[in-house]
Amino acid sequence: MNDILSRRKLKAKIFRIIATISTWSSIIILIILLGNIALDGFSNINWTFLSSFPSRFPHKAGIKAAIWGSIWMLALVAIIAVPIGVSAAIYLEEYAKKNKLSRFIEINIANLAGVPSIIYGILGLTIFVRFFQLDRSLLAGSLTMSLLILPVIIMAAREAIKAVPKSIRLGAFAVGATRWQTIQSHVLPASTPGIFTGVILAMSRAIGETAPLIMIGALTYVAFVPENINDPFTTLPIQIYNWVSRPQVEFHHLAAAGIIVLLVVLLTMNATAILIRNRSLKKYKW
Amino acid sequence: MKQFIITLITITFAALLVNCGGDSAKTSSANTLSGTVKIDGSSTVFPITEAVAEEFGKLYPKVRVTVGISGTGGGFKKYSIGETDINDASRPIKDKEIKKANENQIEFIELPVAYDGLSVVVNKNNSWLDYLTVNELHKIWKPGSQVHYWNDIRSNWPHKEIKLYGPGTDSGTFDYFTDAINGKSQSCRSDFTKSEDDNVLVQGVAGDTYALGFFGFAYYKENTDNLKIVPIDDGNGPISPSMESINNGTYSPLSRPIFIYVNPESLKRPEVDKFVEFYLAETYKLSEEVGYVGLPESLTKDIQQKYKTRSTGKWYSQK
Amino acid sequence: MRLLFRQINLKEKGIEIFLSLSAFVSILTTMGIIMILFTESFQFFKNVSPVEFFFGTQWEPLLVPKSFGILPLLSGTLIIVAGSALISIPFGVLTAIYLSQFASEKTRNIIKPVLEILAGIPTVVYGFFALSFITPILRSILPFTEVFNAASASIVVGIMILPMVASLCDDALRSVPRSLKEGGFALGSTDFEVIKGVLVPSAFSGIMASFILALSRAFGETMAVTIAAGATPKLTINPLESIQTMTSYIVQVSLGDTPQGGIEYQTIFAVGIVLFGVTLLMNFFANWVMNRYREVYE
Repeated sequence: MNDILSRRKLKAKIFRIIATISTWSSIIILIILLGNIALDGFSNINWTFLSSFPSRFPHKAGIKAAIWGSIWMLALVAIIAVPIGVSAAIYLEEYAKKNKLSRFIEINIANLAGVPSIIYGILGLTIFVRFFQLDRSLLAGSLTMSLLILPVIIMAAREAIKAVPKSIRLGAFAVGATRWQTIQSHVLPASTPGIFTGVILAMSRAIGETAPLIMIGALTYVAFVPENINDPFTTLPIQIYNWVSRPQVEFHHLAAAGIIVLLVVLLTMNATAILIRNRSLKKYKW
Repeated sequence: MKQFIITLITITFAALLVNCGGDSAKTSSANTLSGTVKIDGSSTVFPITEAVAEEFGKLYPKVRVTVGISGTGGGFKKYSIGETDINDASRPIKDKEIKKANENQIEFIELPVAYDGLSVVVNKNNSWLDYLTVNELHKIWKPGSQVHYWNDIRSNWPHKEIKLYGPGTDSGTFDYFTDAINGKSQSCRSDFTKSEDDNVLVQGVAGDTYALGFFGFAYYKENTDNLKIVPIDDGNGPISPSMESINNGTYSPLSRPIFIYVNPESLKRPEVDKFVEFYLAETYKLSEEVGYVGLPESLTKDIQQKYKTRSTGKWYSQK
Repeated sequence: MRLLFRQINLKEKGIEIFLSLSAFVSILTTMGIIMILFTESFQFFKNVSPVEFFFGTQWEPLLVPKSFGILPLLSGTLIIVAGSALISIPFGVLTAIYLSQFASEKTRNIIKPVLEILAGIPTVVYGFFALSFITPILRSILPFTEVFNAASASIVVGIMILPMVASLCDDALRSVPRSLKEGGFALGSTDFEVIKGVLVPSAFSGIMASFILALSRAFGETMAVTIAAGATPKLTINPLESIQTMTSYIVQVSLGDTPQGGIEYQTIFAVGIVLFGVTLLMNFFANWVMNRYREVYE
């Protein structure tokens, strides 16, 4: 009897060890990944790198065009996607009756969130570049990316709005406020931190995406900073991809340096989002 | 904490912004020239065009030059509907491409910019290959080829699978190679790794002892540590591509001129005009720098004349 | 007074309509995707028989003689999915079990952010990591591995989707009521037996759904495989060879930029519609599994 028991206990112990190792290996993998990249690219991070344009000479090349391209794109995407996304979320949470149509829209959005990004690239190429004749411009790229992250924003905003207790709304209705007034003065302010967090996370997704932009033609030698929304552009991930494709090792080091910059930007964005989330959790003690 | 991060971000942006402004103040004062120059096409010609664009950007920083690598064919498709001003081409324009351009009232000025010795390469560790005859090349690359192992070519070579790398169907290099080796452009076996991006091909061959690939000479020159050039025997003994053998045509049949095709309409814009002028003036130096062979003086004068007079049509690719 | 109410009502109605339009953008997007994919694929299938497309074993759409069998691309994609599943599913489930059953609050606060970071790293970075780190290691262990191979790409895609599996399974396991767990312990079961016999079966729907969603993500993965797995469409099960996935084929064609019309251009949409269809089906399936097998705790 004891024999079987100790065997069972042994199994449990072994299992626990395996589970622990599996879990901690994620950390190890992350450290290896970041370490490898940092070692590879760190030496290339200097002001020249950040402020130069791409060049055929690795020691002269820089990511200035890429950084500014990314910034422009993010700004445009924010202007386009956030209003639409938040409006849609407001509508779905506050106005829409729970009928088949709204359920259909919900499923639709969830599915769109899972569609591979390259399909959005196909969509963007066909509609924005060809049909609307926007050519390979910032506008076309930003519109495509907006469509890509719209489902993410909608879902995040909905969660934030949902989290506002019903009592707040009921209280406002009780004193005679209209639906929009309630939303405007109570629901939105309360859900803004949550929405903001969600938006930042969606932006983090947008800044790292490559495939859709390649499809609409952002992959070229671009040695300037965009000046208006009709200009061609390049972004950090695309420049990185460009350098990775070159066989000379020096370009691979450049790619690693570019990745470091990209990761730093991402880390900053995510840290900001988390901070806002934590701050607001403290503020709104329902 | 939030304040700190926001301040940090703002400072970073401000710094980048300042630097952005600072750059233009440093460069020469003769830089009021602005506008865009759209270039696409051959990845073979790309290194030259990239170099020219980079040097041009130092003189005229306000002009925006974009260079794509859709391949000679891919580039012509865009060129013939007016999407680009200049097409980099590693082979002459085809008749059906001329027809397409005519349909859209687009003309072209054909300007050779350098000579290329299309190079066949193998891995550095390939110890058995000394040279290939044109016939052997044809045997390897012809459509429906039954060559799968190295010893299918010569029985004393290793019985190892041969891994082939080459440009894709949008590539002028591909067109030229198949034309020269298989007798018909685009006629080729289909089981090889294709990429319009020659860098991918270099990586492939450099990483595989049993690989064989072909691309423009500049890509070989940039990567001599990892690649071994294959001398080609066209009946006069094996010749390796070099400045001399490409220039005097003894490296055959794979020596070829590479071109840019310019839209005369675009030349009405001063930035494009200046760019092409600069290109023609600098191409000797820059093409040699990236690894191609500069054109002889006599030819250069003629080309510049054609350019000045905006002479359209195929002047250089009839022979 | 009446007039004022009317004005306010009008304004309210107007706002509602405006907001609803935003919601309809999402429907427009889906309609757009479906319409484009269908109409262009229709053109494609006028020239290529569906039988050849779905069952053909040669994919050579650009070179003469042309063949349009999608199986090589499909097999390339499936190798990646299978490979990444091999990594993400075991590690993901074990991590979820550890996090939900064994880990202290402190540990959770370390591991969870780590997983979020892993999930947030852009796919280009993973592609770079595969090419510059994983591939050399693989080649030193197994020298006949090609420079571009499916294995490296699978490994990094596995790492990429691991957080997804871990996080979803963690949620699923945590939603099992304590009473069930404690019942197991009350009967004298060990940790492992409770997990194996009570928790996992109870959370089965969530766990299965997480697998399907993660694999759907792997199916649609583009950049990591484009960088590391190669551009050779071939029907093979050897992960050490260079292959091509459906996604990287689409990228390859658009780099060469085939413009409108022409069968080459249409292949983008034919492959795209398969991609879209499969991922859609997988997502629906995951949802169905969630709902169908969900244990209802009163």
